Amino acid sequence: MSDKVMQELLSLEKCLGLKRTNKFSTQGDKKVPILQANNGPSLMGLTAIAAHLVQEAQQKQLLGRTAEEKAIMQQWLEYRVTQIDGHRGKDETRTILKDLNHYLEDKVYLAGNNFTLADILVYYGLHPIMTELAVQEKEKYVNVSRWFDHIQNYPGIRQHLPPVVMMKNRLYTSGH
Amino acid sequence: MRLYLTEGNPHCLKVVAAVELTGTRCELQFVGVEERVVPFLSHSKLPCLQLDSGNYLFSTNAICQYLFTLRGKEPSDLTNQWLEWEATELQTALSGALYTAVVQGKKEEAAGTLQKKWTYIDQSLTRRSFPYLAADAITVADIVLWGALYPLLSDSAFLLGDLKALRGWFERVCAVAACRKAVESILKGKGLQGLKPYLQKQPAPSQRAETPTSNEPEGGESADRVLTEEEIRAAADSWSKGLSGWPKPKLIQHPVLPQPNEKNVLITSALPYVNNVPHLGNIIGCVLSADVFARFCRLRNWSTLFVCGTDEYGTATETKALEEGLSPQQICDKYHAVHAQIYQWFGISFDHFGRTTTQRQREISQDIFRRLLERDFLLQDTVEQLRCESCQKFLADRFVEGFCPFCNYEEARGDQCDKCGKLINATELKNPQCKICKGTPVVKSSKHLFLDLPKLESRLVKWLEDSMVSGNWTPNARFIARSWIRDGLKPRCITRDLKWGIPVPLEEFKDKVFYVWFDAPIGYLSITANYTDQWERWWKNPEQVQLYNFMAKDNVPFHSVVFPCSLLGAEDNYTLVNHLIATEYLNYEDGKFSKSRGVGVFGDMAKETGIPADIWRFYLLFIRPEGQDSSFSWSDLLLKNNSELLNNLGNFINRAGMFVCKFFEGRVPEMELHDDDKRLLAQATWELRQYLQLLEKVRIRDALKCILNISRHGNQYIQANEPWKRIKGTDADRKRAGTVTGVAVNVACLLSVMLQPYMPSVSASIQEQLLAPAQCNVLADEFVCILPGGHKIGTVSPLFQKLETDEVESWRKRFGGQQPEEGSADQSKTEAKPTAEAKAAAPVAEDAGKGADPQRAKQLAEEVTKQGEVVRELKAQKAEKAVIGAEVTKLLELKKQLVLAEGKTAEAPAQKGKKKK
Repeated sequence: MSDKVMQELLSLEKCLGLKRTNKFSTQGDKKVPILQANNGPSLMGLTAIAAHLVQEAQQKQLLGRTAEEKAIMQQWLEYRVTQIDGHRGKDETRTILKDLNHYLEDKVYLAGNNFTLADILVYYGLHPIMTELAVQEKEKYVNVSRWFDHIQNYPGIRQHLPPVVMMKNRLYTSGH
Repeated sequence: MRLYLTEGNPHCLKVVAAVELTGTRCELQFVGVEERVVPFLSHSKLPCLQLDSGNYLFSTNAICQYLFTLRGKEPSDLTNQWLEWEATELQTALSGALYTAVVQGKKEEAAGTLQKKWTYIDQSLTRRSFPYLAADAITVADIVLWGALYPLLSDSAFLLGDLKALRGWFERVCAVAACRKAVESILKGKGLQGLKPYLQKQPAPSQRAETPTSNEPEGGESADRVLTEEEIRAAADSWSKGLSGWPKPKLIQHPVLPQPNEKNVLITSALPYVNNVPHLGNIIGCVLSADVFARFCRLRNWSTLFVCGTDEYGTATETKALEEGLSPQQICDKYHAVHAQIYQWFGISFDHFGRTTTQRQREISQDIFRRLLERDFLLQDTVEQLRCESCQKFLADRFVEGFCPFCNYEEARGDQCDKCGKLINATELKNPQCKICKGTPVVKSSKHLFLDLPKLESRLVKWLEDSMVSGNWTPNARFIARSWIRDGLKPRCITRDLKWGIPVPLEEFKDKVFYVWFDAPIGYLSITANYTDQWERWWKNPEQVQLYNFMAKDNVPFHSVVFPCSLLGAEDNYTLVNHLIATEYLNYEDGKFSKSRGVGVFGDMAKETGIPADIWRFYLLFIRPEGQDSSFSWSDLLLKNNSELLNNLGNFINRAGMFVCKFFEGRVPEMELHDDDKRLLAQATWELRQYLQLLEKVRIRDALKCILNISRHGNQYIQANEPWKRIKGTDADRKRAGTVTGVAVNVACLLSVMLQPYMPSVSASIQEQLLAPAQCNVLADEFVCILPGGHKIGTVSPLFQKLETDEVESWRKRFGGQQPEEGSADQSKTEAKPTAEAKAAAPVAEDAGKGADPQRAKQLAEEVTKQGEVVRELKAQKAEKAVIGAEVTKLLELKKQLVLAEGKTAEAPAQKGKKKK
């Protein structure tokens, strides 16, 4: 578990084009990540650290361009660490996929028309779930699959994760 | 934009406060709890904000941040961190706590679950020294956390105790007008209860499985704790100071008296009743716990007085005296000595171990009585009592026997039936009999005095609230004290028709004595008075003295309600308890200790096992029933001895010493610290500080864990640096081996000091082996180099011995505690008692067959089965202990009736009930 979150932060660093100068560690049973700063206090929590790294890489646009986009971006980051990471059992996974699928119906990215940090972290968080999905389910959650495939092919994002295969043609026509 | 809200929904508080604070213009719309507003979410999620673009924000923190961003207040790393922590860590804990507090009505329990979160916030505030969470001014983080915490922290059940920073911050944010408005619009002045309709509609939060008894210490965060560079540097700096600036241990000169401008700690342990030999549960419950704390206070150089003694008056002593054919005084003398010896063997460091049958006790009790009388806090009433005309005395409590009015058991005592356990009024006994002459007593009325508790209630409540806020009361003590007051106080009889007691100093009561509960706690004062003439400097000095009372939880009502009322009513500036430390119960091999059945280890037997007192101390403290019941178990004792003491602590200390002897001719080598060494110092320092904090809060069991953590770190350190290999290598290697050995042996020395409250003799032998300077025996929050390079150490030898399985198995057999019978496995402890006591009660009622009733038996058998399922189901759901307990009691009652209906005696109902199914 701890490896996973550390891997994720290292991958994020890479895709942001940062040199490997940050020190990460984890704390507690839940393996909450910590960023050990060289000067100043350390920073705790995945989304807080991720936002910090984005600033450090001077890619502020990834945090959202307008107040609204920023808020929506933040909302999905929180969703990632509370709902996706906190999910228990099949039912909750299904609810997450169903809701996301509904939400993404008319959107390219989570925050709307622009790629943000939320896409990266939700992609990392969903990866284990998507890997497990049967082809039929991938078709059922077609908007999630489309978005997911889009992000995993986004330059530099996939990093440590193996690609999840998405079928281009529908196998099951009956759909939902 | 439009904000959707629901009344009584705690999540709305922060959002409304943020709207108000940022002065955002936005439409507020109240909707029903289950209304689905956000179109793409399957479940209702409120509050939510609909933006003008048509988008929805359903995360309360994102909404708050958005409102701040609109005002140009962008998030910072620190606010982000707080918001994430709130969403991931705090909310999980809060939803459980709110549910427990509001829906289940168990506020105390809820408060307990949040302690760690409170501490985290408090420490963060203290460390950064901002008045607010993330800056000098209010930020979104303050609004978000305030909104989350408000419902609980505004309720009087959730006290923050000494978390000053958190309390200050909370008050500051509460005073903000926007927050006050939010409270008004969401809670409508209903406080915590206003949330009930909302919370009832939420799914019950899944709570972590709680086992009723546990011998494992909680948590394990320290394991991967990250050390900051700063901490490591500071630890290395402290180390290099050595003992030169170290405080000198204070010489203890008797009598110890409180000193102005110093911390003065007065410690009492509940007075054991003289007619019994204490068992391990009694020992850990009060004297041993108090001893650890007293030793700790002395190591901190605080003026510390630790008193205890035997409680000797009362009817039980008189009865025992009759049984043994001795006078009550002889009984007391005999058993007082037994107690004193046992405690001495366990290494309990009383400053004075006295007794209650002294002249001082009489003077002080009568003085308090007179003051209460003068101030009109005593009432007179007549009580119906049994009197034996041939013996010319009223038959109090145990001097009378008869048939139990509830279960017809024919040897019920005047106060309680041993068989059904119910409390009895002696006048209700059928066929009462005087225990001395076997004559039949008659009912006569007798005049008695009562302490007017209702009249003292308002003073008591005020004092109690203050004491609980400023002091350290264990949650069970708070709970018991509050429930006594909630249930209403009644006048309590303080006199008894007995001879063995302190005479009531009034002409018309000259044949009566004080009821033991009235004068027993006064024993603390009189025992101190027998120790020093200047006892009033301790007991009439609330400004300078902090009083700690240690006891098992059954003693809480007397120490928190009844005795404080006596002292408050006496109006003589008495020192009242500041910190009430109550333990839960210790079980024996998952049953109860029982003298009559010879089950369990009693104080005098512990010695016979040949296991050193310090091992007993260690194990009892390791499983101290702190927060929940725990069990003494022989196999666990073996395990803890062999794993924690032998393999962890003993191994580390022994190896460190052996390396010095073997590789460096018994002289501590010169040390040159590398990063690895400094890291160990920082780890040890952190554990040391935890230890100090925990012990100050009297979390004795948790603090012991810190000691074991240090030696665990030490073992890893030795293992990683391999001094035994390096000693054979190059010059640099040899130097490195020297540093590692030197650091390790100093850690061992630190451990000897920290260990002293727990295992005083082991601590002394370590210091003897290391020839440690006496000056090291002071605890402060720094770890300094105690044994510098060149220091000569003594002869090193192993500290602990392995316990073998067959050895332990034979003791287990000898001291009883067989595995619970099959069939009682799913019934709680309460079962064990009546079952066993019924067995002990040998005589079988001859007319038992009379009650047989097959029809009723069949019906009862069905009810038993049904009730059994209820209990199992509750257990499976991990229901509240009290709830399960109540249902188990019902089950037992049914089984008992079943046995009677089947025409059998009540012998071993558990087995019979089982077969019947």
